[in-house]
Amino acid sequence: MDKLLVSPSPHIHAAVSTRSVMRDVAIALCPAILVSVLYYGWSELLVLAVSVASCVLLEWAITRWLLRKPSTVGDLSAVVTGLLLAMNLPCTTPWWVVFIGAVVAIGVAKMSFGGLGQNVFNPALTGRVFLLLSFPVQMTDWTVPQGFLRNVDAVSGPTLLGKVNELGLAGVADVDYLQTLLLNIGGSAGEISALALLLGFGYLLVRRVVKPWIPLSIFATVALVSGIFHLASPEVYTGPLFNLLTGGLILGACFMATDYVTSPMNVWGGVIFGVGIGFIVMMIRYFGSYPEGVSFAILLMNMTVPLLNRAFHQKKFGRA
Amino acid sequence: MAKVTFSIGGVHPHDTKLARERAIEVLPLPQTLYISMAQHLGAPAKPVVAVGDRVKTGQVIAEPGGFISAFVHASASGTVKSIAPRADLAGNMVPHIEIAVDGDEWVEGVDLSDTLVTEIPSDRAAVLDKIKACGVVGLGGATFPTHVKLNPAPGSTAECLILNGAECEPYLTSDYRILLERTKEIVVGAAIMQMVLGGCRCVIGIEENKPEAIEAVRRALTELPYDNIEVLPLKKKYPQGGEKQLIDAVMHRQVKSGGLPISVGAVVQNVATSLAVYEAVQKNKPLITNTLTITGDCLPVERQHNYLFRIGMPLSYIAEYAGGVPAEAAKLISGGPMMGRAIANLDAATVKGSSSILYLRADTTLRKAESACIRCGRCADACPMGLEPFLLNRLYKAGDLEGLEQASAHDCIECGCCLYSCPAYIPLLDHIRQAKGQVMGVIRARAAAAKAAAEAAKAAEEAKKENK
Repeated sequence: MDKLLVSPSPHIHAAVSTRSVMRDVAIALCPAILVSVLYYGWSELLVLAVSVASCVLLEWAITRWLLRKPSTVGDLSAVVTGLLLAMNLPCTTPWWVVFIGAVVAIGVAKMSFGGLGQNVFNPALTGRVFLLLSFPVQMTDWTVPQGFLRNVDAVSGPTLLGKVNELGLAGVADVDYLQTLLLNIGGSAGEISALALLLGFGYLLVRRVVKPWIPLSIFATVALVSGIFHLASPEVYTGPLFNLLTGGLILGACFMATDYVTSPMNVWGGVIFGVGIGFIVMMIRYFGSYPEGVSFAILLMNMTVPLLNRAFHQKKFGRA
Repeated sequence: MAKVTFSIGGVHPHDTKLARERAIEVLPLPQTLYISMAQHLGAPAKPVVAVGDRVKTGQVIAEPGGFISAFVHASASGTVKSIAPRADLAGNMVPHIEIAVDGDEWVEGVDLSDTLVTEIPSDRAAVLDKIKACGVVGLGGATFPTHVKLNPAPGSTAECLILNGAECEPYLTSDYRILLERTKEIVVGAAIMQMVLGGCRCVIGIEENKPEAIEAVRRALTELPYDNIEVLPLKKKYPQGGEKQLIDAVMHRQVKSGGLPISVGAVVQNVATSLAVYEAVQKNKPLITNTLTITGDCLPVERQHNYLFRIGMPLSYIAEYAGGVPAEAAKLISGGPMMGRAIANLDAATVKGSSSILYLRADTTLRKAESACIRCGRCADACPMGLEPFLLNRLYKAGDLEGLEQASAHDCIECGCCLYSCPAYIPLLDHIRQAKGQVMGVIRARAAAAKAAAEAAKAAEEAKKENK
């Protein structure tokens, strides 16, 4: 005891760090990743590996050689971005397309804005939307290769939302909702199992990493809007259950719209943010030319976050 | 019974009350005592003894230096060796009276027996005088002179006296021990303060992690003849012992920004203060002792202690008596780990408000490197004042004083919840503390300017009148 440490209070810290938060998000994604790998096999594993490796390497290279700052890959945020990007891509995506997605996600959406905490748009979604617009053929190839689960038949064909977009309601007359909840047929890794995603989200809630208000307001809005349209003309518009369980809604609502950096900090700001996403999703699904609109909806609402943060503040003590 | 707590923010650090089973031990007298003249909030006390004087235990050695100030007494008998500035625990030079101790010969008229005196005197002014004469100050941390707090300005009435037994800081156990060992004295002290405040309700708030203390006070209340005093178990949450938070928890009323507790009818006193009031009023004994915990995560249980110390004992003397500073200790803290002050000078003397020597290991206390804000909002969720620390931090860095005032930087109670819960280890409170000081400066300057302008206008008016 030659030297005493002296610093202002507090002298202890909660067992939480950016790294532990990101680790929790990665753990929460594991059930859905496991299902997708079992279902899609080696090709899904390859997409995941390329995506995570590219994101981490790119962030490391950019901080090291472009910014000449200490590397930030240790905070694991690049790993989360890599996982989310991969889960938004078809398992048949060629490796070089995945890499381009990572360049846009990490290089453009994240690092060029100043790195973690400064980005306006969700990096993984920016990468995904860039690929969707640039490589429409590869990005909508929903061939299902042989997975590790031998008893699941390999199916080829568009997603349920894709069928609605092309054929109308006739395309999805025989949807089994229990099936969509457990193991969706077709789609990206993040679209396969609603149950696995919700399990992971439950973990995030229990660990108090995220709050439920944003996903809940998205789900409620989607259910309400599709409920009204479906009741008005059931032969044209799909119903609430269908819209809640198909596409990337659950992945988007639970894991992408809740991204700290690109979502409002206040509860009421978050509710408005969620309502906006839910509404835009349904407008794109019903009236847009794309079958799915979760990515666009979240990116559009990302732009409102600075305004929502400005408009909604904490309730102060003793200033009623 | 439904447990209550405050309504905004708060955190749940592990309570780590390692020394809770250790009964209070009396420390032997050292050879020298150093008694600080600035151990209460307000003006420093003025010495009334001279070098070479012989003083007895409990004799007044300094008198209040202003309205908000307090008497200081000799904590042992001996000779005044020097009256000179001496470094306090932060290293700031503060006038101290040094006493070469020769024994423990008390002044006349002090009841040193253990007999419990339960009869409450009825002369309010006499009781307040006794509390003042015995140098009683708030022992919950702020050391505000108790006689001032118990005498609210005319026009305001106390509806509820809240005894603070929350002890929400981790590690600290001194309040818990006195609640167990001096239960009845504390309750009598509460009854005395209740009388002084005009017979209001009294609630003793204790956090649920101290069920033995809750039970002990409950039993004492059934055995003692007082009305309108109750125990209220509180949910464990930091900073429950913060004055505004405790009032919110007990009375469901929020003190307005810049307001005093009495504005919502509340007076808050710590349980240790209640004990000091009992000793002052019933025993005529001045505040020369207090209870202090020696604890830390690098000490085995048998080296954890709760001590009854004489005010003015050097911290180093107490640490030595307890077996020395453990080798693993990297940081020494006076107070709790959330709001306590790091000790830079272990030779500093204990003061009335000393509550602990806490040893923390480097891996417990070292802050990790700061990284970028990820806007998770944990700091805003944790802030018990409903502030947005991330925003205050940004405004402070931008030097935006106006924005800081609008965002209520001056409402910060410096509880540390924001920095405690920040995953990016951003020094939020360090910055907000600075910001708070700047904003308070602006507010004070504005008030002073307004006052000066009003006086100038008045003078001009009078000059005008005279000219006519």
